[in-house]
Amino acid sequence: MSTVAVEVAPTLPEVHYLNADYGWRSWLFTTDHKRIAWLYLFAITGFFAVGGLMATLMRLNLIEPQGLLMEPASYNKLFTAHGLIMIFFFLAPSIPTVLGNFLIPIMIGARDVAFPKLNLLSWYIFMLAGSTFMFSVIRGGVDTGWTLYTPLSTTYANGHVLSAAVGIFISGFSSILTGLNFMVTIHKMRAPGMTWFRLPLFIWSLYATSVIFILAMPVIAITLALIALERVFHVGIFDPALGGDPILFQHLFWFFGHPEVYILILPSMGVVSELVAAGCRKRVFGYSFVAFSSVAIAAISFMVWGHHMFLTGQSVYAGFVFSALSFAVAIPSAIKVFNWTATMHKASVSYDAPMLYAIGFIGLFTIGGLTGLFLASLGEDVHLHDTYFVVAHFHYVMVGGAIMGYLGGLHLWWPKMTGKLYPEAWARFACLLVFAGFNLTFGPQFILGYLGMPRRYAVYPPEFQVLNVMSSAGASILAIGYFIPLVYFTWSAFKGPIAGPNPWGAKGLEWTIPSPPPTNNFEETPIVEEAYAYGHEEAHVG
Amino acid sequence: MSEHVLPKKLYFAVFLSLIVLTAITTGVAFIDLGPFNTVVALVIAVIKASLVVLFFMHLKYQTGMTRVVIVAALLWLAVLIGITMSDVFTRHWTEHGKAWQRGSVILPDRSTGSTALRLPGRA
Repeated sequence: MSTVAVEVAPTLPEVHYLNADYGWRSWLFTTDHKRIAWLYLFAITGFFAVGGLMATLMRLNLIEPQGLLMEPASYNKLFTAHGLIMIFFFLAPSIPTVLGNFLIPIMIGARDVAFPKLNLLSWYIFMLAGSTFMFSVIRGGVDTGWTLYTPLSTTYANGHVLSAAVGIFISGFSSILTGLNFMVTIHKMRAPGMTWFRLPLFIWSLYATSVIFILAMPVIAITLALIALERVFHVGIFDPALGGDPILFQHLFWFFGHPEVYILILPSMGVVSELVAAGCRKRVFGYSFVAFSSVAIAAISFMVWGHHMFLTGQSVYAGFVFSALSFAVAIPSAIKVFNWTATMHKASVSYDAPMLYAIGFIGLFTIGGLTGLFLASLGEDVHLHDTYFVVAHFHYVMVGGAIMGYLGGLHLWWPKMTGKLYPEAWARFACLLVFAGFNLTFGPQFILGYLGMPRRYAVYPPEFQVLNVMSSAGASILAIGYFIPLVYFTWSAFKGPIAGPNPWGAKGLEWTIPSPPPTNNFEETPIVEEAYAYGHEEAHVG
Repeated sequence: MSEHVLPKKLYFAVFLSLIVLTAITTGVAFIDLGPFNTVVALVIAVIKASLVVLFFMHLKYQTGMTRVVIVAALLWLAVLIGITMSDVFTRHWTEHGKAWQRGSVILPDRSTGSTALRLPGRA
């Protein structure tokens, strides 16, 4: 098979993975990585909708200084559920399990992941975890915040901490299995000629993410098990009255928790590398630097956790070390941002929706990353800790970064997943709406935090009202921006124009096969000779 | 992965050692060694874990990537424990820590659930 040229008669292949088999059994018992990606897509879209609805209710409540809608106790439960759902049941699985599942085997030239049945099992475990967690929310929820700090989650717990913790505990196993599957697949199933330095950068970032999945998830599982041990058998681990140390919980939690936030952002960085390459029709500048920066971020992410604990009783000497190491994370992150920007230099940049999301990501992630340095400074953090500045910072990284990347990736590979095109004008409009709504929501929160408004409160002094109303107005625009793609993607799946194998003129193995791909991906095993073969007339992927 | 068949005798010997070490752990629990209680228990646990990893999980007969993975895991565990200890051992170096213990403290009253400020010397 030669590299497909841009102009291809757009016809759907007669048999592909979507119509190869019908009926619910062919979906719920499938071991095809592409169908499992769809199962995850439906599940996490549901969780995203629930988590987003909770955020909307919170912003609605904060329109009035005394709270418009609810009791403070309900508000506490709402932000806890919002955080836990978004982190464990939407962001962590989003790119790895949807785009990763769909693309890893195709990008490396394999017919499936290394353990297809384990892949399906991961989805079932994920659904079991999600149901267990939602059960706790429906019974009354938890009010500890997503960090579940002791003794609030143990001695003074008044919510359904145990069932919520069990849900999170189970979700960890789903992530571990996914990470293991991806690692073995990337190590063992690459096509002939697909050397490590010919891998798409998306694969590098998911490899780094998989390492974190495997190393970090067991720690949260063990920590939650220790909470259960203390609550049920009164073994002194975190409770000082029993001889425990409450700060130990924070150490263990953040030893998992900080790598966890890199689980959320690293895949998005990988997607942006692909978006920039496809949108600029160019190999990403400094390929190996971008690849190794993913690995560096994964490694350093395990040594910075104490920057969440500067003000919670941790030794200031340990604080010095954590502060310095946190600044170090800025280096690989900046390498990525500079290299994406350098790729765009003198390129014929397309302004299609995927590239717009990538450009949005670069800007928002830069703001999110740089404000992280404020918080990593020991002195500055005294003023900013637990204020809306922190909320704005991590939403710039998580929403402005991770979700922009996820949506951008969905837009780039949607034609591959469905074989259909979406309305480009609507997609650009939605992207601009998301960008504007996002900045209006979280921009004012930086100022609110700097002025001293603490996070996690249902009420606030009247002088903060203007900025809060701005933030709530932004949230409603953001909600519309997220809703529009849902509508046109659904329309596109049924009635969209046929895309053809490579609507973007992009390079990479996934663009050499029909859209939607056949069940086995490749009719014959591809042989790879070059990564990102842009700027050459002749075929390089044979 | 290389197929390495070990004699059954070796497996039984390792199993027996694990049982004996478990018995020693239980026995030692009845003797008060002061600060060495935890040390002894951990040393025995490490020996047992090593036996399992080396023989039952065949690490002794593996090379290359498998060993890299194990060493990386141990290194990672050292980071977790090491940096956490850097907090625990230096937490009380500062005057700040001692002042916290001397001064007035807001502690929730376990019996009433009240969080009223309790100053030293006032009931």
